[in-house]
Amino acid sequence: MLWSALVGTLEQGLVYGIMALGVYITYRILNFADLTVDGSFPLGGAVAATVIANGGSPLWGTCLAAFAGMLAGLATGFLNTKLKISGLLSGILTMTALYSVNLRIMGRANIPLLRKRTLVSWFGDRGLAPWVLFVMVLMLAKICLDAFLKTELGFALRATGDNEQMIRSCGVDTDTMKLLGLGLSNGLVALSGALVAQYQGFADVGMGLGTVVAGLASVIVGQALVRFDGLGWATTAVIVGSVVYRTAIFAALRLGLAPTDLKLITAVLVILALSGPSWRSICEKLGRGRNRVTGIPTP
Amino acid sequence: MLRVSQLRKVFNGGNGMGKIALDNVDLHVEPGDFITIIGSNGAGKSTLLNVVAGAYDVDQGRIWIDGQDVTIQPEHRRARFIGRVFQDPMVGTAASMTIEENLAMALKRGQAPGLSRGVSNAERGRFRELLALLDLGLENRLQDPVGLLSGGQRQALTLLMATISTPKLLLLDEHTAALDPKTAEQIGELTRKIVGGRRLTALMITHNLQDALEYGNRTLMMDQGKIILDIRNPRRAKMTVDDLLEQFVALRGTRFLDDRALLA
Repeated sequence: MLWSALVGTLEQGLVYGIMALGVYITYRILNFADLTVDGSFPLGGAVAATVIANGGSPLWGTCLAAFAGMLAGLATGFLNTKLKISGLLSGILTMTALYSVNLRIMGRANIPLLRKRTLVSWFGDRGLAPWVLFVMVLMLAKICLDAFLKTELGFALRATGDNEQMIRSCGVDTDTMKLLGLGLSNGLVALSGALVAQYQGFADVGMGLGTVVAGLASVIVGQALVRFDGLGWATTAVIVGSVVYRTAIFAALRLGLAPTDLKLITAVLVILALSGPSWRSICEKLGRGRNRVTGIPTP
Repeated sequence: MLRVSQLRKVFNGGNGMGKIALDNVDLHVEPGDFITIIGSNGAGKSTLLNVVAGAYDVDQGRIWIDGQDVTIQPEHRRARFIGRVFQDPMVGTAASMTIEENLAMALKRGQAPGLSRGVSNAERGRFRELLALLDLGLENRLQDPVGLLSGGQRQALTLLMATISTPKLLLLDEHTAALDPKTAEQIGELTRKIVGGRRLTALMITHNLQDALEYGNRTLMMDQGKIILDIRNPRRAKMTVDDLLEQFVALRGTRFLDDRALLA
């Protein structure tokens, strides 16, 4: 019982890890807080579920989902680079618009996939657990991403997130790089959404809520735990972070926390992780305000 | 190599009043010219370099580099002609990336980045040789993130990056001003070696009048958005800092003298 629950947790960590890799591209590499993710994740689920429910090939549905996610990322990139809307707001606008788009695609709020041919059931028919599928997709994504980041184009993408003036002086159009990064990122996010829908057996228009924050939590937790230099390690850290995050959620539920409180807990976790340096300086200031021996506030 | 004609650039204030940064500037830079540019704050020196590099659009006028009209080309398109070093040593390099990664991006300046390897082994060897010329020990630190380097080391690296794929035009915007005097002198010496040794065409802004006369072959003085003095060798070679100041007073009155302590 516990064993199967743990396997389920691992599978969640892996399948959401694909999404976390996408968040890593925008948040860490491109230095762009991209909220499109909360819309592109259910977009992936919606596209895949619609194709599968209509008797289409699950592989085709999954690929189409990833492609749709890329388009969503490009939309945010277009708002940001061409229409000069701030990055945060661009993501919010696309995310909001996608809610309606996702409902249009599905035609209703929820599509069940029970007894349909999905990628997960295809593996199940061959006696393979879902995690085999997820490990394969995740490793493929990780290896491709690691290799990509070592190419000229990968360099240009990383430099765009680091120092735009520098890479423009090297003749690279930073707008194009942002479009590329947002497209790749949301493609991965939607791919993750498509697999999650097939794994849980339905796509739901509300399944994207809190995806960004979960992705950020995975990235931050992973980088706190895996502290090796080099790009291969960075993506490994994200995957580790995703698995650890899902395990922590599982543990919290076992301890009797209400599932409805999870988003609050995740948000607080991310706040604590992001505000670490600020807390230190606040504590120092408080400490400085008092005489260390007597504890009496100094003027 | 560079020609600008009737350049005009006005920065708009909130009250509808504009500040004229460039006022019908004409300039013809010959291949191999190493020009120093002086002038008080707000004279338009940096604006001129930024306009040539494409960081700002012009309101009027045209810019040609090597005979090609680049007036409406965006900054990243013009970058294939131009190497730049900025005043702030942080601006010219990507801190989270390694020395070799930074150099590799600079080496491919102006080429669309593709899916081939970012740094090849052959390039590594070349980077090591070039870094050894800087004499800062960086040739053994190819895989170190640039963020670990000091300001002087980063500026030396930026200078190397700006010139690694020979630019048609090198723009130096007070690139030693943010460094301590000893480091500034080293970077200055390096600049002379690279620009002189490879006969690069360069524009260098400086606040140091002595440097302005010692570096290069030609000096421009700017004031209120105009080039008010343009002197070349051999006439320039005989000039002193006092001559320069006298020239300014003759042209514009005494205001420059107030800046003398700052400039000389």
